Amino acid sequence: MTTTDPAPRTSVSLALCGSGGAGVMTAGNLLLEAAARAGWYGLMVRSSGPQIRGGEAAALLRIATRPVDCLDDQFDALIAVDWQNVHRFADEVPLGPASVIVGDPDQGAAPEVFVASGARSVPLPLKQMAKAIPGSWPNMIALGAAAGMLGIPLDTVRQVVEQSLKKAGDTLPATLAAIDAGARAAASQSGALALAPPAGRADRRWLVTGNQAAGFGAIRGGVRFVAAYPITPATELLEYLAPALPQVGGVLVQAEDELASINMIIGASYGGTPALTATAGPGLALMTEALGLAVAAEVPIVVVDVMRGGPSTGIPAKSEQSDVSIALWGLHGDAPRLVLAPNSIGDCATTTEWAVHLAEALQAPAIVLSDQFFGQARAVTERPAGLGAAPQRLTAPAHAADYKRYALTDSGVSPMAIPGRAGTAYTADGLEHGERGIPSSGAGDHRAQLDKRQRKLAGHDYGARWADVEGTGPTAVVTFGSCTGAAREALARARADRIEARLVSLRLLAPARPALLAAALAGVERVLVVEQNHGGQFLRYLRAEYDLPRVVRSCRQPGPLPVRAADIHRALVALEQGRPA
Amino acid sequence: MNDLATPAGHLQPAAFKSDYKPIWCPGCGDYSVLSAFTKAFAAIGRRPEEIVVVSGIGCSSRIPAYLTSYGFHGVHGRALAAATGLKLARPDLTVVVAGGDGDGYSIGGNHFLHACRRNVDLTYVVMDNHVYGMTKGQPSPTTEPDWASKLSPKGTGLRVFHPLAVALAAGANFVARAFSGDPNGVAEILADAIRHPGFSFVEVLSPCVTFRPEQRAWKQAVHPAAVAATDDPARAARRILTDDGFNLGVLYRGDRAPYQPLVGEPAKSVADLEREFEL
Repeated sequence: MTTTDPAPRTSVSLALCGSGGAGVMTAGNLLLEAAARAGWYGLMVRSSGPQIRGGEAAALLRIATRPVDCLDDQFDALIAVDWQNVHRFADEVPLGPASVIVGDPDQGAAPEVFVASGARSVPLPLKQMAKAIPGSWPNMIALGAAAGMLGIPLDTVRQVVEQSLKKAGDTLPATLAAIDAGARAAASQSGALALAPPAGRADRRWLVTGNQAAGFGAIRGGVRFVAAYPITPATELLEYLAPALPQVGGVLVQAEDELASINMIIGASYGGTPALTATAGPGLALMTEALGLAVAAEVPIVVVDVMRGGPSTGIPAKSEQSDVSIALWGLHGDAPRLVLAPNSIGDCATTTEWAVHLAEALQAPAIVLSDQFFGQARAVTERPAGLGAAPQRLTAPAHAADYKRYALTDSGVSPMAIPGRAGTAYTADGLEHGERGIPSSGAGDHRAQLDKRQRKLAGHDYGARWADVEGTGPTAVVTFGSCTGAAREALARARADRIEARLVSLRLLAPARPALLAAALAGVERVLVVEQNHGGQFLRYLRAEYDLPRVVRSCRQPGPLPVRAADIHRALVALEQGRPA
Repeated sequence: MNDLATPAGHLQPAAFKSDYKPIWCPGCGDYSVLSAFTKAFAAIGRRPEEIVVVSGIGCSSRIPAYLTSYGFHGVHGRALAAATGLKLARPDLTVVVAGGDGDGYSIGGNHFLHACRRNVDLTYVVMDNHVYGMTKGQPSPTTEPDWASKLSPKGTGLRVFHPLAVALAAGANFVARAFSGDPNGVAEILADAIRHPGFSFVEVLSPCVTFRPEQRAWKQAVHPAAVAATDDPARAARRILTDDGFNLGVLYRGDRAPYQPLVGEPAKSVADLEREFEL
């Protein structure tokens, strides 16, 4: 084998594949954690076949010297423990002529879809090597090989393995020996994929999934009641909260369905406890009626939608940004609601926390649009800043004089009575009502309450958090959510080509802030709208709610493939040069 | 013994009646149930602000606003879910759920099953008139199979739903039947149901004089249960499945501990939780 000695890389992408049960997720997690402890950044996306157990699995890793929020355009290495159905990942694991395929020759040849990329094949008899070390497994040989190729210190890998496999007991020496053997075998490859040293790091970094981060953000924001109905890919968010919430004095209850879970959180919040549920598209669809109740009765709640491929059951375990329209417009009646979208895995914590604050302050439902990529990917991230203060719900004191629950205030926010307090009893109602909450079908009350509910959201000062606005230039990329990381990388590459462009990543989708976007786009002549869905839901929303420059182009594709930095870069250059995309 | 005596120093029933006029038809059975609510609330000795009445949609679901307690009038069929969330977050409150047969047994059927099974300390009162009244007369799950209406010109042809048997089978901790024509009887059972820990289910036969005028005859059909409540689900099941449907009283009184996760003192701080993510 030839070895080259190129400059160390600032980012290396690696896919660990194999059949379910081969342990590629375990190996991937250990590799990410070792890289993290050694000072690098990175992320790992999980991809698996539809089988509940035993299907093909891929740990898609990217390790880098600086924080990364997306996968790269292609993979530098594919390490396969075996090839069973691994060809199904061909689209998700694009390789190039400079890539390396590490496979076990005893498991057969690499599938043609991978070989056709021109990638170099490197045989590594994983199974035989594992057999030579009784009690070890091929995935640990693969882990050692990967660490060796990337230049992650073996001592750190050993420490991480010792900590996380504590319970393994007798098998630990064999596991460590397997890792050493894998690393030695990869020595001949060393240099090809070696990472540059970490670029310096923040004092406090997290290793976290977006689902965990969102769950933690909910708790940090003050949520103390959660109703849960399992649904992929939101389940882990609820499973994070199940043991965490009681530790801070909260309650989680498993509901019988999503209709129950949203009504349960409305009930809890009506009682004064900040409340949240998490779901995915099918669950959000079931929740829309009760979201309208939260609008009409002015009960603060937060619903985290971890988006997946739709419509219907769609592609449950893979990502897509296709719930934009239902989140923004999915309710009957004129129903102002808050819609927010975190734009990195770490930001899942801050934006969920912010959603709790806004819901509480504005006595309205807030939908947080996360997605499967964020939710199930694990990343090394800077510590997401907290909002500091506790959420503020305007409540009525006991015996408030002439109390009116839905009083027409200037801000539109009226003091909310909390059961238990004397002298302010009222009936919260989904029926249209007058100021005291008494049902009313009169035109005057309807208009006044519609105005009030719109006013409180429209008139609120959302501060600087409404969007991330970066860069200058006459071209802007406007995006949201998990496309933001790729858009940011595309802009950095464009800058290297001397194309200056701006990034606007909207965090607050509803209520729309036309004046703020207009200011962010001042001087912009061309806009590229980036999103991961088929119909251009985000583009339609932008066209409906904002004044955009004359030239607007869409860069989009449906899940499960991410919109990659290369796609955005290509579209950006074409737009800049006035060529068709 | 009078279970309805207001404890010394507590509010009288009149203090629980709001001055908002019901939308119900004259002669509706629900007026008596409303009166029974006020008597039961006085009898349990709690103040209006310590009680929340939660409902869904339908004629009887309008009851919260007619009381001076806190109220929650939500969406159709989901009252039990809202009440469950409220009670679990605020175990200090007395939470009573009210509604009709369509709300509880049809659109809300799944929540009925799981509320019985979960056994949260709630009291669920269904004012059953075997008809959708608010939408002007369509068959509900308890409507007789041959009852004709615009929506079911030949009747539904479906056997009726048996709420008490379902409640018992699903795990309700207290099962009773009452009749609105006997407001004191309803009030006594209601007070008993509220005091009983866990999920208490009270089916109240409450005639719809507008769309089911023949239900006026229920007054002659009802009779008190011949024997006291049993704590044996098998015996209760036999009685409930074989009685004539007009047997009034507490029919089952179980002793299953209510579902109530602890709320309150944090064992950890938010900073402790954050450390789990830190490298």
